[in-house]
Amino acid sequence: MFRRVAVIGVGHSKFGIRQDVNVNEIAFESVKPAIEDAGVNKRDIELMVLGSIGVWYEEPLPAVSIAEYCGLSGIGLLRTEAACATGSAAFFTAYSAIAGGQVDIALVVGVEKMREVDTLTAIELMGRAGCYLWEFHNFGVTFPAYYALHATAHMAKYGTTEEDLALIAVKNHKYAAMNPNAQFRKPITIDDVLSSMVIAWPLKLYDCCPITDGSAAVVLASEDKVKEFKIDAPVWVAGVGYSSDTVNLSKRSSYVGLYPTVKASKMAYRMANIEPKDVELANVHDCFTIAELMAYEDLGFCRKGEGVKLVRDGQVEIGGEIPVNVDGGLKAKGHPIGATGISMIAELTKQLRGEAIERSRQATFRKYVALAHNVGGTGHYCYVTILRR
Amino acid sequence: MSTIPTIKSKPMSLSYDIPISKTKQFWDNLKEGKVLATKCKKCGTLNFPPTADCPNCYSSDIEWLPLNGEGEIETFTHVIIKPQSFQEYEPYTIAIARLKDGVKVLAWLTGTSIENIKVGMKVKLQAKIHQEGTLTYEFTPI
Repeated sequence: MFRRVAVIGVGHSKFGIRQDVNVNEIAFESVKPAIEDAGVNKRDIELMVLGSIGVWYEEPLPAVSIAEYCGLSGIGLLRTEAACATGSAAFFTAYSAIAGGQVDIALVVGVEKMREVDTLTAIELMGRAGCYLWEFHNFGVTFPAYYALHATAHMAKYGTTEEDLALIAVKNHKYAAMNPNAQFRKPITIDDVLSSMVIAWPLKLYDCCPITDGSAAVVLASEDKVKEFKIDAPVWVAGVGYSSDTVNLSKRSSYVGLYPTVKASKMAYRMANIEPKDVELANVHDCFTIAELMAYEDLGFCRKGEGVKLVRDGQVEIGGEIPVNVDGGLKAKGHPIGATGISMIAELTKQLRGEAIERSRQATFRKYVALAHNVGGTGHYCYVTILRR
Repeated sequence: MSTIPTIKSKPMSLSYDIPISKTKQFWDNLKEGKVLATKCKKCGTLNFPPTADCPNCYSSDIEWLPLNGEGEIETFTHVIIKPQSFQEYEPYTIAIARLKDGVKVLAWLTGTSIENIKVGMKVKLQAKIHQEGTLTYEFTPI
């Protein structure tokens, strides 16, 4: 039997360069508030799923380490990997365990400590996370380069400009400045973006998300438990969708979008019985400005090639047709890889409850429908989650 | 960050011995100046990167074919900020080209400067030797 699942508690650490804490301690910063927010006892949690890539920090078995630190040893435990969609893969795993009747209450934690290695090593590790043998070994493809290949193709086909991409960075920095958990807290200008150093042409420093430490956690519960605990504002998981693509970029049919986003979102829309126009707030995977632009199009918020219109007209801002990444996004809130997907769910849950910490970035809802879009790699994985209050 | 106290972990260096027994023909031919793809004898699928097993029909009965290598640039980028293991290299241009042979290839594009590169530009794929002596393949403009 298939059961409804709700998000009943969320927690979020401060994102940034966090050498003041180790992986356990930064996880605790989101686990504790998530459990308190849910109003459950930690003994009620039957399963913990951890999303973390690891390798940039010292613990090779972070799920076990964090479970012990949070006094949860003994419960069902596993760790997921889906590149930058790792957090959503963890969420999907816990969701499925509850929907399928295996457990009633699960804790999902996303964590990353990326700043314990130097920047060039972090770039090396991320670059290798495509196809090592055929793309990295001889050609040193970095993560910005993967998305730059998409930006070049999009610019050539649709006339998208570097200025258009800069508008997305400016928007996301504006909202990050209103988010106390964000890594960057200062608004920037189009000139700041255009004059920043080239990382992988046509992408410049301010087109790229930073390298971030952080954690986020959510508590999920079955409908029975939501009733039993008399949860006053459950946020229901209305739709989930997932897909993937080839490891080699040379095996893809085009570079102007990410096919898994199209497929995963259609699956999630069908399950939630909604259309793209019903979505009132979205957190999309903006590891680079071009990634956010492609997401507008691939999620069906506009037609292919017309994403720039949404940005130019301010339709992706608070008060617009479809506000996107009003917490700063990966771009300016920061992108602690394993935590990102959970951070999206935590943010959207708060928004759906009307609890955005700064009122200036609280979205308004009529249907109470929000969407999280989390890409792993360059479309290597994709998860779309639709939440409804 | 020097004011924040940390402990240095034990250092570890990591390098893998990557098996190439099943794709040895590719690397041997690269030495001879040829870039090879695999073709499945059962379903006819041409695969690049070469694969010993056909992902389409699961047959392991394959043949090796040299690529003519002529094609058109579909997209490209110029990498300024390089990973740790590429610090010895000058900034490099990466391109994906669709070859007339029927496959796409990702490789460096050399022999031109970034200002001159356009989507749709004609290129040829050729076997090359990297500056540290390892075998590779690159595009050059036709």
